[in-house]
Amino acid sequence: MNVQVGPDQLLARDDGVAKGEVLLDIRNVSLSFGGVKAITDISFNVLKGEIRAIIGPNGAGKTSMLNVINGFYTPQLGTIVFRGKQRRSMKPHEAVGQGIARTFQNVALFKGMSTLDNIMAGRSVMMKRNIGWQMLWHGPALAEEIEHRRAVEEIIDFLEIQHIRRTPVGKLPYGLQKRVELGRALAMEPSLLLLDEPMAGMNLEEKEDMSRFILDVNQQRGTTIALIEHDMGVVMDLSDRVVVLDYGKKIADDVPDIVKADQNVIDAYLGVPH
Amino acid sequence: MAVTADAGTTLDTFPKYLVYNAKRFADRPAMRHKDYGIWQSWSWKEQLDEVRAFAIGLKGIGLARGDKIAVIGSNRPRLYWTFAAAQALGAVPVPIYADSVAEEMAYVLDHAEARFAVVEDQEQVDKLLSIAEKIPALEHIIYDEPRGLRDYDHERLHDYASLREAGLAALSASSDAAADWERWVAEGRGEDLGIMLYTSGTTGRPKGVMLSNDNLVKSALHGNSFDNLGPDETTIAYLPLAWVGDHVFSYSQSYTAGFCVSCPESADTVTENRREIAPTYFFAPPRVFEGLLTSIMVRMEDAGRTKKWLFDHFLDHARKVGEPILNGEKVGLWDRFKYALGDFLVYGPLKNRMGMSRLRVGYTAGEAIGPELFRFYRSIGLNVKQLYGQTEACVYITAQPDGKIRADTVGLPSPGVEVKIADSGEVLYRSDGVFMGYYKNEEATRATKTPDGWVHTGDAGFFDAEGHLKIIDRAKDVGKLQSGALFAPKYIENALKFFPDIKEVVAFGDEREFCAVFVNIDLESVGNWAERNNIAYASYQELAGHPEVYRTVAEHVEEANRRLAAEPLMAASQIRRFLVLHKELDADDGELTRTQKVRRSFIAERYGELIEALYDGSQEKYVETEMTFEDGRKGKVRATVRIADAKVFDAPAETVREAAE
Repeated sequence: MNVQVGPDQLLARDDGVAKGEVLLDIRNVSLSFGGVKAITDISFNVLKGEIRAIIGPNGAGKTSMLNVINGFYTPQLGTIVFRGKQRRSMKPHEAVGQGIARTFQNVALFKGMSTLDNIMAGRSVMMKRNIGWQMLWHGPALAEEIEHRRAVEEIIDFLEIQHIRRTPVGKLPYGLQKRVELGRALAMEPSLLLLDEPMAGMNLEEKEDMSRFILDVNQQRGTTIALIEHDMGVVMDLSDRVVVLDYGKKIADDVPDIVKADQNVIDAYLGVPH
Repeated sequence: MAVTADAGTTLDTFPKYLVYNAKRFADRPAMRHKDYGIWQSWSWKEQLDEVRAFAIGLKGIGLARGDKIAVIGSNRPRLYWTFAAAQALGAVPVPIYADSVAEEMAYVLDHAEARFAVVEDQEQVDKLLSIAEKIPALEHIIYDEPRGLRDYDHERLHDYASLREAGLAALSASSDAAADWERWVAEGRGEDLGIMLYTSGTTGRPKGVMLSNDNLVKSALHGNSFDNLGPDETTIAYLPLAWVGDHVFSYSQSYTAGFCVSCPESADTVTENRREIAPTYFFAPPRVFEGLLTSIMVRMEDAGRTKKWLFDHFLDHARKVGEPILNGEKVGLWDRFKYALGDFLVYGPLKNRMGMSRLRVGYTAGEAIGPELFRFYRSIGLNVKQLYGQTEACVYITAQPDGKIRADTVGLPSPGVEVKIADSGEVLYRSDGVFMGYYKNEEATRATKTPDGWVHTGDAGFFDAEGHLKIIDRAKDVGKLQSGALFAPKYIENALKFFPDIKEVVAFGDEREFCAVFVNIDLESVGNWAERNNIAYASYQELAGHPEVYRTVAEHVEEANRRLAAEPLMAASQIRRFLVLHKELDADDGELTRTQKVRRSFIAERYGELIEALYDGSQEKYVETEMTFEDGRKGKVRATVRIADAKVFDAPAETVREAAE
């Protein structure tokens, strides 16, 4: 009678890549819009199970980089190898199918829908029954719905948002909306989670909470995370490795302690007299 | 269900009750917990299995008879099971407030010499690890929620689930384990130390109150029979585990009466979960009742006109006849019919909204509840009552029996409790629930508990004509008038403060000839009245000095005096003179604490001239007072404050009642 579901069932999907091996490899990628070069010849990789940060001053090309990774932009040059498969162009929904989920700099939720429904929406890519079955709401479709609902409840429990389960997200404070958005991304059980400024506009307490959740997602579920963030303190504490972009070029790529001491990085952030 | 809570069998420990309940209530629910959006439940049989498995697991890592085991976290089944599992082994649970900071915990854990700690999650584990050096006695930490703890050093850290599994494995491996368990339970005695609860203590360090199994079992049984609590009750556990009230209501009474306790999904969902469960037995401090009412009133402000009219109309009716109906008094047929209609249209939905549609017994305690608030709940048919209790008494000292409810008393002595009033006015009691002593603090024990078992409450009170206890003030604040009569400032202040026009009152009288007060009017309420009566005013000061305002306040003082006169002990402290203060008492000026409590001694110093004027018979007094404006600037207010005489009443013949049994 007791539904005993533990966090152990919440692992990231098996993607055939062992922990510590290369999950995503960016090779010599360049992207330009007309004459504007957003990204120039950038290479770095993301290892399975790590938290990888992409940082840089405004306009450095960070969000463009995320958009390249999840297939929203197609780079003119270079290749991307994800889970051992090479690709140049990919549609965002194909990226989702391959196990890449993301959150956005500006929250992009369905404002009129409840927290529960928003996270449930994240499961829709996994629903096997077609819309006809789902409208019938019977038999296999019902069983499938119950199974997905359980997964969603685990995420709600994980993110401690039980009290807003039925609240329309438009009514929620910003910090909680960010959490719901993370929940929706988690619902896809991604093998790579892209977070675009997960702490933008948050107060200290909300940032601490969010850091905790990101670490827990990484540790508990084994999800590989690539994140963009402006708050240096947060980045240096959270991430295993940091890649630094400036004017679309890579200027550093190492563990936080070394990146922090790198003269190029300091110059890029503080500015140097030209 | 044929078996009732009180089937003639009285056991002396809670693990024995658990075994007994697994037999008599078998498949009836013992505990519920909302998890993953669903109410999970455990029957008494399953609860026994859980407790037994965990006890065997605890034994496996060395928990022995007499060991102290700290319990830290929110209301969750596993933490409640820890109480029973530890007690089954003869160990002593020491619940600690989960929101305490690490340093406070360090003191309690160190003082209690806890060897084990069962905690809710990573947050608590981190706290304990951060103070590890200060608590050398602590050997093992067991956590319920494994999230985030995977990479911790597990030498001294254990997952609750793994100990439970170990217990289950031992049980299935051989029948010895079950036999051992039965032996441990049988070894428990009523006079054994059952639990240690640390009192928060407003002054000095927390003290560890030692309660025996007998204390708790007997108090719980008395409480059960007083309110007819049986296995059909249902209640929601949401108050801190370390608080004696929760321990008695959610553990002791559940085990002895056999009712089901529900744990909310999280601290933020209590209101919603309460609505789902609809408890029949419920406890809340006054602020919870107040918060509930406020949220409803705010929503009603936005309601449509018809709804608002219905709401107001039927609540008016409830105010008139609701309480008499609840108390079983005689009420006319038409009024009853109208009340029933109101119940269908207004009170019912209202109770449902608050999660109280099935409420049979509700208690409020902890501090004085405003009479208006109290009457509101009673008038819509909720049996809300007051009780007065202490950790040292296993809660019950006095409680209001059904049908004998007053807004201003805390009721009659509870069954099995003797209460008397010392010459100093302090309330003393003696009962089966009286604690064994403070842990490692003989001195404090001697100061609180007399050799023949009477306990000093530290509160001053008296019995009214019907034998109901009234608590008037902290004993140390109570003084004497020159005539030798009792003077309790807070009681007098409260008598006036319940008028909406009056915001704050400061009473003087200790070592004085008579009682006199400063009054602060409520600017919102009095300002509203002034507007309606075309009285122009430019400032608080001007309004406060207005003759009409003095007249209104004089009426209130007269009314308060009339009430005081009716009480033999208080009659001497009727208010003879009063003045309306020319400025509002303010925390910025140090006159109030940040929690809006009057700082009497500070005010006495600051307004010394005015106090003298109260007693030297002058009719007015010119004063200059420094004050701080909202933007932080300082300035002076000058005023001529008028001092008025108040009407006093003859006291009835002096009859001080003896303590009721």
